[in-house]
Amino acid sequence: MATPLVEMKDMSISFGGVRAVDNVSVDLYPGEVVGLLGHNGAGKSTLIKILSGAYKADSGEVFVDGKKVEIESPRDARRHNIETIYQTLALADNLDASSNLFLGRELTTPFGFVDEHAMEAETRKIMAKLNPNFQKFHSPVKALSGGQRQSVAIARAVYFNARILIMDEPTAALGPHETQMVSELIQELKAQGLGIFLISHDIHDVFSLCDRLAVMKNGQVVGTAKTTDVTDDDVLGMIILGKCPKGAIPGPGALSSADAA
Amino acid sequence: MSDDTLSGAKSPTARNLFNALQLDTRLLGMIGAFVFICLTFQVFTGDGNIFKALVNGNFLTPRNIFNLTIQTVSVAIMATGMVFIIVTRHIDLSVGALLATCSAIMAVTQTQFMPQWLGFELGNPLIWIAAIAVGLLAGVLIGAFQGWMVGYLGIPAFIVTLGGLLVWRNVAWFITSGQTIGPLDETFKKIGGIGGTLGTTWSWVVGILAAIAVLAMQYNGRKRAQAHDFPTKPLWAEGVISGLMVAMILGFVATLNAYEIPTRRLERMFETRGEIMPDGLVAGYGIPYSVLLLIAVAVVMTIVAQRTRLGRYIFATGGNPDAAELSGINTRFLTVKVFAIMGGLCALGAVVGSARLGFSTNDIGTLDELRVIAAAVIGGTALAGGVGTIYGAILGALIMQSLQSGMAMVGVDAPLQNIVVGIVLVLAVFVDIIYRKRTGD
Ligand SMILES: Nc1ncnc2c1ncn2[C@@H]1O[C@H](COP(=O)(O)OP(=O)(O)OP(=O)(O)O)[C@@H](O)[C@H]1O
Ligand SMILES: [Mg+2]
Repeated sequence: MATPLVEMKDMSISFGGVRAVDNVSVDLYPGEVVGLLGHNGAGKSTLIKILSGAYKADSGEVFVDGKKVEIESPRDARRHNIETIYQTLALADNLDASSNLFLGRELTTPFGFVDEHAMEAETRKIMAKLNPNFQKFHSPVKALSGGQRQSVAIARAVYFNARILIMDEPTAALGPHETQMVSELIQELKAQGLGIFLISHDIHDVFSLCDRLAVMKNGQVVGTAKTTDVTDDDVLGMIILGKCPKGAIPGPGALSSADAA
Repeated sequence: MSDDTLSGAKSPTARNLFNALQLDTRLLGMIGAFVFICLTFQVFTGDGNIFKALVNGNFLTPRNIFNLTIQTVSVAIMATGMVFIIVTRHIDLSVGALLATCSAIMAVTQTQFMPQWLGFELGNPLIWIAAIAVGLLAGVLIGAFQGWMVGYLGIPAFIVTLGGLLVWRNVAWFITSGQTIGPLDETFKKIGGIGGTLGTTWSWVVGILAAIAVLAMQYNGRKRAQAHDFPTKPLWAEGVISGLMVAMILGFVATLNAYEIPTRRLERMFETRGEIMPDGLVAGYGIPYSVLLLIAVAVVMTIVAQRTRLGRYIFATGGNPDAAELSGINTRFLTVKVFAIMGGLCALGAVVGSARLGFSTNDIGTLDELRVIAAAVIGGTALAGGVGTIYGAILGALIMQSLQSGMAMVGVDAPLQNIVVGIVLVLAVFVDIIYRKRTGD
């Protein structure tokens, strides 16, 4: 079998005694969408923040293309073409769309000055694709609607030739039409060979978009499964009870048969 | 925007014309406040009814405008740095004390260290250059050190710089053993005082060059926007704005040139050069060197704020520190840089301040931290972070200084002056809050 694009092995991190992520292993192949599910506070965002360089894991290893890598900062993650749409969007509210899109990676003129015009032109191009109705290129993003802000965050993640895309509830603030567009975008990116981690609370979305899914509970993986091998109810059982069904590979967080009895 | 296209057929109204100019309303508000203050003092310093007083008042005379300008420079220079500090959600209470330390270091360097220990002859140009270099270095290092404590040790800036206020004020005392140091180097003194001006001819040259630069910038901006097919202002609007700016620059130069050097002083200037003054010669002061320094600082700081990565990161960090961090910005090091810039500007403020006095005194820069913060805040810098402009801070400094000098000229008692300035500060911030609520930014 091909080498995974990313593999996270035995990741753990705690915040003052709370094991937010506890011995989690997940992997992702090129052209694959893996859904991450779980209750509020299950540790999904924390797990992907380790991959995006926002947090440093207490233990565990990350492999990109089979090679062990150290991701110490968001810069390191970006260097490995890991792009993230954060649940909080991580936009600077006082800056406009193009400043946010290029934050940390500004286009510059030959003299080293920030090239605002070039950045705006690029922003207009990508927004025309992602959200053709978007017009507020000169307003600070705090003047945008939730959906518009989300589309700016999405644009930032896909603009820079990501190979590994992390989407933490990317459609939470979007209307039905925009959600549909994000679904199409995910399919398009998948066809281009990107690997995508998709965090979502919408089981329907996960089944229609993901190839595999992993369920977390209390910082641990309950189980992973191909979406074709499990049913909605199976997944609900994993999320709520931590019960790993037949079609799934149990993780450390799965309810043991002794507990079940 | 859509109703603009709909109403396009209607005849243009005054409002439409005004909108087409796309002026920054906050800037207009500040200029309006400044003009109001100036006219008020003009009337109160004049005789007769309002209209006569507007003409014969003492506030808007070349002499007073000249003085106002050179009194503003030191605080204005530091206020540009305070913008960056406040934009990144910090505060610097130590600027006045840091100015004193830099001033003491420079004074000792030029009056004792260089001439007495290293044996440089008085008047050697290396003396003033070295003094400024040493002062700048000290300012930048001290600023960076305070920034390091804020950024890397996580001590709140309020505490670090409150401590700094006490420390640097008294470090200055130790450097000078509590004495007034001076007289300072003759060339050095020119950077701050009335003795250092460009003269009329060179002032016109500078003014015209500045006007050309402004026009070129307007033209370039328009060209670039058109190249990308971005919407641009109508040509006439661009023309009106350019015309206003050029008129302001040249008017300012004309005013400073109109302030004539007293004949006695002129005679002495010729004497020191060993020449005899031609009879009936009149000469204007022109632009003071300190104002050139302020303009240079303003231009550089504006470019940093708007056109460099550093500036972007400063504003992004102020808007959302987490987002900045997640975008790979090293916000800790950024804090060090911002405080280092502030320290360097304190040193420049010290150059201008001590040069203007001709001495370095113990109490130099006392209460400057408050003036500098007030200037930045009156100029529209939001204490919540993320918002602020360099020109606003300079205008804020000018407003503060004209209030203070104006009241002194009218004969308001010192305690009442401070009460008024305090009220104006609070009022200015209140107006700004209302303005932001209205415009939603
Ligand atoms: N920076 C932090 N400091 C302390 N505790 C944290 C921090 N970040 C997360 N946690 C804790 O870690 C646990 C997992 O949080 P996380 O945000 O990863 O959950 P989540 O699965 O993304 O939930 P949601 O569906 O609500 O987004 C929670 O108990 C949370 O309180
Ligand atoms: Mg989350």
